[in-house]
Amino acid sequence: MAASDQLTGPWYARITGAIHRNLTSLIVGIPFFWLLLFFLVPFFIVLKLSFAESIIASPPFTSLLDWSKGGFPEIAINTENYLYLIEDDLYTKTFLNSLKIASICTIICLLIGYPMAYGIVRTQGTWRYIFLLLIILPFWTSFLLRVYAWMGILADQGTVNDILLYLGLIDKPIKLLYKPIAVYIGIVYTYLPFMILPLYANMEKLDSSLREAAMDLGANPVSTFFTVTLPMTLPGIIAGSLLVFIPATGEFVVPDLLGGGNVLMIGRLLSSEFNANHDWPVASAIAVVLLIVLVVPMMLYHKVQAAEASN
Amino acid sequence: MNQKKSKFLISCMIFGYAFLYVPIFLLILYSFNYSPLLPVWGGFSTRWYSRLLESPEVWDATLLSLKIAFISATVATVFGTLAGLALARVGQFRGKTVFTGMISAPLVMPEVITGLSLLLFFITLWQLTGWPQQRGMFTITIAHITFAMAYVAVIIQSRLAGTNRALEEAAMDLGAKPLRVLTDITIPMLAPGMMAGWLLAFTLSLDDLIIASFVSGPGSTTLPMMIYSRIRLGLKPDINALATILIVSVAIGVFIAGWIMLRQQKQRALLANE
Repeated sequence: MAASDQLTGPWYARITGAIHRNLTSLIVGIPFFWLLLFFLVPFFIVLKLSFAESIIASPPFTSLLDWSKGGFPEIAINTENYLYLIEDDLYTKTFLNSLKIASICTIICLLIGYPMAYGIVRTQGTWRYIFLLLIILPFWTSFLLRVYAWMGILADQGTVNDILLYLGLIDKPIKLLYKPIAVYIGIVYTYLPFMILPLYANMEKLDSSLREAAMDLGANPVSTFFTVTLPMTLPGIIAGSLLVFIPATGEFVVPDLLGGGNVLMIGRLLSSEFNANHDWPVASAIAVVLLIVLVVPMMLYHKVQAAEASN
Repeated sequence: MNQKKSKFLISCMIFGYAFLYVPIFLLILYSFNYSPLLPVWGGFSTRWYSRLLESPEVWDATLLSLKIAFISATVATVFGTLAGLALARVGQFRGKTVFTGMISAPLVMPEVITGLSLLLFFITLWQLTGWPQQRGMFTITIAHITFAMAYVAVIIQSRLAGTNRALEEAAMDLGAKPLRVLTDITIPMLAPGMMAGWLLAFTLSLDDLIIASFVSGPGSTTLPMMIYSRIRLGLKPDINALATILIVSVAIGVFIAGWIMLRQQKQRALLANE
């Protein structure tokens, strides 16, 4: 009865009536439609373009559907962009180098971040809160400016060289900026909070009684750590490592500003194929390959997240 | 966990926090350097601040970034809240797997891929419909809504998972319609999460360089794009001044928010003890 009232009532009653009846569809439908349109469809366009041919025109690629012959369109699939990526060893080298840099940086972040997260969890009261805020603060400050800070530190006349010269350890400035070491430092620096926060969230929930029991039964701190604490914090380690590894692999700003073109990373190569060489199909093919490489770690992250959420 | 920390743990923490904060302090220090030759110290000066504030380019870029951040954070909060509700409160629906995938992917997706795919999407759309003729504020805003709503959705989902449904169920039992339950109970309950989500979306938008560079057009330079074009060629003292202003204001904001939250927690703990 209520529904029929609303169908004949004034306009606003009809609208609220419609919202009432379709509430669930609206809650799901609006964000679903938006993501479908602006997230999923764009991917298929990248995929499509990666099979197109590069031409000098605007936009610089051929259409996949060739209508010129009249009647049915011919589908012109062209795998040349992918073959090109395989044949030119610049791309393979850059991919491997990105994976290597991302893995090493993930390990360094873990080595620095794990004891820090552990130290924060073991701190009591207001100080724990302040330590945590100091980890969160970099999240809210500009990524770009945090990378920029290292340009000043690593420059030929920068802070590190000043200190080393002052101490008499070197007689002339050593080159740090635009070298691989600068890229490693930059990535570890900018992604460290992404490692610490999931570790902290995991350790905070841990029950310390297991560790105490192991200690009471005579296990020394080192073996307690390896047999009790480390296995229990594994979900945090995996989540933090993936949150560093995945975006670091495709990183653009750090290799661009601190590596200055001397350090090959795939995010930067993609961007230069697109912006400098105007080879959109090759840039799209790189994006597709990068996504394929990262899809396994991404799904793993998704699984870890889902497991955490259901806990 | 109330044991004393070992010397090893304490030195790790000192090293870690020094590593995180010394670069920021140096960045701030050099913004007061008289010498234009960074990082050679040439005496104290605030001249880079006045130069920065006189530059119309900086004001334009800041204004554009703030506009985009405000609009995209607001829309992303609405969409992200709906998405969080869909994930946590609506049971099974068709395409839920695709939906959860699309929500969690932007959190780890390399920005170059997101930027490239959205640009190609806008170009294809323009070829098909003649719209959008110009890329700029509008296209950047759409891009920012898309990736920021994923962050909001994750925050809302975790808030919803942590709250019990007794209040919502009681209201339903008393005959409230689902929309009424949503507007009078669920949304007020989610308000702190939505606020946090809005702030995060706002910051992400203000901070984004890569996606904005891809989907922007001539004449639309956001603040990160302006900063990037200047520092690519080397150190610029006025950028240090800009960095100082941004970092100090963010730090003040974070600490005020943190202080308020800590006080609320303590009050709640007191109430629980009484």
